Amino acid sequence: MKYGELICPAGTPAALRTAVDAGADAVYCGFQNATNARNFPGLNFTPDEMQEGVAYAHARGAKVLLALNTFPPAGKFGLWREAADLGVRFGVDAMIVADMGVADVIRNAHPDQRLHLSVQAAASSPEAICYYVEEFDIRRVVLPRILTVPEIKALAAEIPCEIETFIFGNHGLMVEGRCSLTNYATGLSTNMDGVCSPAGDVEYRREADGSMSTRLGAFTIDKFGAEETAGYPTICKGRYRTPCRDEGYYAFEEPISLNLARMLPDLMNAGVHAFKIEGRQRSRAYVRQVVSAFRAAVDAIRAGQEPLLADLVALTEGQKETQGAFKTKTWR
Amino acid sequence: MTQQLTLGPIPFHWSADMRRDFYARIADEAEVDTVYLGEVICSKRAPFFEADLPEIAERLEAGGKRVVWSSLAEILLKRERKATEGLCAGEDGRGVEANNAAALRHLAGQPHRVGPFMNVYNEETMRFLAAKGANHFTLPVEMPATSVEVMGTAARALGVGLEIQVFGRASLAVSARCYHARAHGRTKDSCLFVCEEDPDGMPLTTLDGTEFLVVNGIQTMSRTYVSLLEFVPQTAAMGVTALRLMPQMQDMVAVAGVFRAVADGRVSADEGTAQLDALGFGVPLSNGFWLGEAGYRRIARAS
Repeated sequence: MKYGELICPAGTPAALRTAVDAGADAVYCGFQNATNARNFPGLNFTPDEMQEGVAYAHARGAKVLLALNTFPPAGKFGLWREAADLGVRFGVDAMIVADMGVADVIRNAHPDQRLHLSVQAAASSPEAICYYVEEFDIRRVVLPRILTVPEIKALAAEIPCEIETFIFGNHGLMVEGRCSLTNYATGLSTNMDGVCSPAGDVEYRREADGSMSTRLGAFTIDKFGAEETAGYPTICKGRYRTPCRDEGYYAFEEPISLNLARMLPDLMNAGVHAFKIEGRQRSRAYVRQVVSAFRAAVDAIRAGQEPLLADLVALTEGQKETQGAFKTKTWR
Repeated sequence: MTQQLTLGPIPFHWSADMRRDFYARIADEAEVDTVYLGEVICSKRAPFFEADLPEIAERLEAGGKRVVWSSLAEILLKRERKATEGLCAGEDGRGVEANNAAALRHLAGQPHRVGPFMNVYNEETMRFLAAKGANHFTLPVEMPATSVEVMGTAARALGVGLEIQVFGRASLAVSARCYHARAHGRTKDSCLFVCEEDPDGMPLTTLDGTEFLVVNGIQTMSRTYVSLLEFVPQTAAMGVTALRLMPQMQDMVAVAGVFRAVADGRVSADEGTAQLDALGFGVPLSNGFWLGEAGYRRIARAS
């Protein structure tokens, strides 16, 4: 197989077609419920749309990966079972799972179904990844965004499955699948409900002095001057005070995007089979632009040419970008 | 059967002296049945106190407590992989609680416990792990009562223990990045163990002055102490066999006494709640997760 397969976000049927047309090797998407980690209003697929999406992608040589990457709370498992059954019926190429119960149920009910391990499973060591491979026949692991490229290369030599890494988009700071910050502030769980900073709990509050407070539930996540653009309130991108920092500071991380455009050849050399672009909540125009740019870059690298980085760098223009943990251990 | 009271692993970077003193008093005075020992959050801390652990374990056992080793929640480095493998070899015959899938791999096929970082949210996951030798499960702290009840039924059918956290700060997130080091302009590798300065965690306050979260190295915790004391009398019938107290910089012997008395029915939930409030933690209590509400909230029990 080729290294550097492009895995692209499809938050809607229109985005799926856009991503496929722009050169995605595969798209990932979910149903309109808690079975996937982007359970946002206006996103995702009805069963009919999923069936049509799979047909559209397959007719053009692209794969469809079904995100079933949340953790069913006891008593609600049936929803995940039904989603998996639908996925099998529609012929999705792989299911992206995080919960051991979900993986085990699919493995038993559908032994031939290809499974990928979601980043939400937080498997970051060879032993953890091998455990999932041995128990559930996982064929590919989506790595947490916490390893350096040399660490990924060392890991690749020790595990019997493919590796997928995030290369572009929103940069989560917490270990995925182990974060209850949203639930602490709002009563909706990232793991069980598939939401992070749900829009229904977000408030942009104009203060008397003209400044803007962004809030999640009962908590102020950040404050902006009258002339500043207020960002979306995500707890791990907010500003807080602590005794040694009485000016507000980004306690976890600044609002910043991951962009590994310059590291694609290094990642391919390290043994990364697939590049994941984050952004099922993004517009079709964004998807077209990002997928086209990375398609051209990967094709250039495969042809032994220098990729045109300017287009990729421009994608985050106006917003700060980072190479996160991939570049150096000092990120930690 | 009487519910067990357990003491979770110390999440903070307490000095070796503090740990020895803390466990000496727990061994002699605390009404807990099981004590989980070991470093779960940051492998860099372990060298400061791990040499003392065998003696602490013996002391606790001499006090009638059962000792279980807790494994690291996050495993990245060679030394963390080795430490986890060594712990799971279980050469001293004590039990191990897995907090990472790497530990599960080492423990498969032998009796072991599954810790709160393992994301056991449903019956299918519990059934799968029980078939691999897991005999005791501590559920994620964000699980609502409605789901715990379903898990209780499943646990009974499987004949495994079921534990929930009933006291102490909730673990809300872990990261590869150390936020204690970051606050002080350092990185994880150059941290100089600054987290030791905050034995009950480093508070984060919103820009308008509301206390919100607490940082403990790579871990983010609730500002509030979870307390499910008023619900303890219902938990036994739900199938919960063990109640976990998380260590805080408070009188944990007194905390254990109150929970024991309520679990045994010697003291009513209301009276116990008044006793707990009288301990004067200076930290708000919360029960939102249990009720399926925002975790920070403390919701009055419908009477």
